[in-house]
Amino acid sequence: MNLQQIVSDAIDKKGNTKDKLIEILLEIQSRTEGNYVPTESLKMISESLDIPLSKVYGVATFYSMLSVKKRGKYAIQICNSAPCYISGSSDIVKIFEEVLGIKMGEVTQDGMFSLEYTSCIGACNLAPAVKINDKVYGNLDRNKIIEIIASLRKGGE
Amino acid sequence: MSKVKVFIDNREVIVDEGTTILEAAKKVNINIPTLCYHPDQKIKGICRICIVEVEGQKNFSASCCTPVRDGMRIRTNTKKVREARKNIMQFILVRHDGDCLTCVRNGNCELQKLSEELNIKEIKYDRIVENLPIDESNPSIVRNPNKCIKCGRCIEVCHDVQGVGAIDAINRSDDLKILPGLYEKISDVACVYCGQCINVCPVGAIYEKEDIERVWDVLEDKSKHVVVQIAPAVRVSLGEMFGFKPGSIVTGKIVAFLKAIGFDKVFDTNFTADLTIIEEGSELLHRIKNGGKLPMLTSCSPGWIRYIEFFYPELLGHVSTCKSPQQMFGALTKTYYAQKFGIDPKDIVVVSIMPCTAKKAEAVREEMNSSGYQDVDIVLTTRELGKMIKESRIQLEDLEEVEFDRPFGIATGAGAIFGATGGVMEAALRTVYEKVTGKELEKIEFTALRGIDEYKEAAVEMDNMKVKVAVVNGLKNAKIILDMIKEGRADYHFIEVMCCPGGCIGGGGQPIPSTNEIKKKRIEAIYNVDISYAIRKSHLNPVVNKLYEEFLKEPLGHKSHQLLHTHYINRKN
Repeated sequence: MNLQQIVSDAIDKKGNTKDKLIEILLEIQSRTEGNYVPTESLKMISESLDIPLSKVYGVATFYSMLSVKKRGKYAIQICNSAPCYISGSSDIVKIFEEVLGIKMGEVTQDGMFSLEYTSCIGACNLAPAVKINDKVYGNLDRNKIIEIIASLRKGGE
Repeated sequence: MSKVKVFIDNREVIVDEGTTILEAAKKVNINIPTLCYHPDQKIKGICRICIVEVEGQKNFSASCCTPVRDGMRIRTNTKKVREARKNIMQFILVRHDGDCLTCVRNGNCELQKLSEELNIKEIKYDRIVENLPIDESNPSIVRNPNKCIKCGRCIEVCHDVQGVGAIDAINRSDDLKILPGLYEKISDVACVYCGQCINVCPVGAIYEKEDIERVWDVLEDKSKHVVVQIAPAVRVSLGEMFGFKPGSIVTGKIVAFLKAIGFDKVFDTNFTADLTIIEEGSELLHRIKNGGKLPMLTSCSPGWIRYIEFFYPELLGHVSTCKSPQQMFGALTKTYYAQKFGIDPKDIVVVSIMPCTAKKAEAVREEMNSSGYQDVDIVLTTRELGKMIKESRIQLEDLEEVEFDRPFGIATGAGAIFGATGGVMEAALRTVYEKVTGKELEKIEFTALRGIDEYKEAAVEMDNMKVKVAVVNGLKNAKIILDMIKEGRADYHFIEVMCCPGGCIGGGGQPIPSTNEIKKKRIEAIYNVDISYAIRKSHLNPVVNKLYEEFLKEPLGHKSHQLLHTHYINRKN
């Protein structure tokens, strides 16, 4: 399905009013290969909902659940809020980078994984924690990370 | 509304329920520092500089956005509060390019002033100023993101007051930047160059593209005949930069200064404002008589023109084809004036002093060259004029008042009021009424059209015709009227639109601060200028009449069309 179709379907489904902006963005993201909201879609949304493009882009870049950059099938979001930070989230970053062979903000060549930061995901009791798509993984260390990646590669959860 | 009693620094204050701590403190002259707060804008609560201690509460409260509660005990001046404010200030300063000495807002910066008031002596933290590129992509507005403190005032004015939405906050937290949306440069988006963002910016993150050096250069060039025009709004605001009270009229001092620094002629845009009335009034009557597109919309305000070109190009046929007074002035100076005084137009340099940043972009529009040369060569804002005065070290208050030169220095009160919202319409009605009825208009003051209200209307009986007019200022209000036209609900003959709130006196090139309170004073002054003229109707301007006699022949005639009228561009997409 082309992007224009995805956008107009999302607007039809969620409603063509300003208050539906976030829902529309999420819908487009979930239906776009690369798990993101392509910037071209923002222009269509801006015109349809009569919201300035700058505002649509502002919203799309504000929420960490939305991305305007291509992400992996599994978008790994590493929490960098204070509790995770003091529990060593910067080490967790290094391990993910090493295991996946990419840097923060990048996508693996096979399109399976991407790495990004997120603000607090409410899993402070499990710090350091990450969110991979809709699932939270906590109390991370090197072995756990290797295990998670291997399991996701195999197609398990 | 029920009242609550609170104690601020042990002083009892009784205020309405819902009053914020900041407002309550003001009532007893307790001055809490603010930064993101702006008197004409919504409460933001972003900067946290206005924190205070509330008894029984562990954390500080931001006074701008905390309503008082009955019995609340507030402390605004404890060591803890002062230290915390200093700390917050340092967090802001580490991300601010604090090179004050070379900053455009040196001496007129809210951050600089606050830093001094809070007695900041060091910045304890590592500075993290990114060296981001400065956006100089357009003729009007420059953005320096390294100075930006992310207070959000520019965003509010751009979205909520002007309804343009050229810029917004992109990303969040640490990465937050104020950007033209998806793009890097202002020139990539539908920005109208109104400069309202400049007027609310507390620091030097947004400012006009400065053209002062170009003016100094031409003034030293002996081969050039350098002519200057001053817009109506400049004379009622410039004084603010030199300690005069808002609303002071400094026309004669400005003329004296411009002569002192070597301009060959100092003329008045009020003169071509009068001329605009003749052309625009004739155009209106022509449209009414011949079934032309109505309502007709005014065309003096270049920010407004860019707005309709970007957002409602399908309605461009409603816009008067008259050039703005600035552009009419340029076209006539390089033709009529050049011929009359035997000066080669290629040697003439036309400088404008305008309350406006969009005028800089208007002057360089490709089609603005009907004289065979660029009509207007250099445009300065009121603020830039102030800077030139400072640079020259001439003391404004010491200057003896001098009159404008002839011939283009002769104007009427009708031209003078172009600088305030409703002024163009009032000036037009003074003339159109007399043209239509052949009778003298006795009550020439259309008070219903005056003042900073967003939307004003009036109906004037002229013989058998009832002429219905409306006046809007601020582009969000322009949008309302454009939607009405689109839906066929705008039952008017003539609509005046000024881009900036309050009209040109609130333009993006005016002295800062430019709050509503100050704008009201400037408007009062504009009408005082009107009263000071012996002649207050444009069609009675003797020089305008001579110009028609000697050169233009008739309104809307061949020469007028060639020199004084223009066309517009569809800028959508």
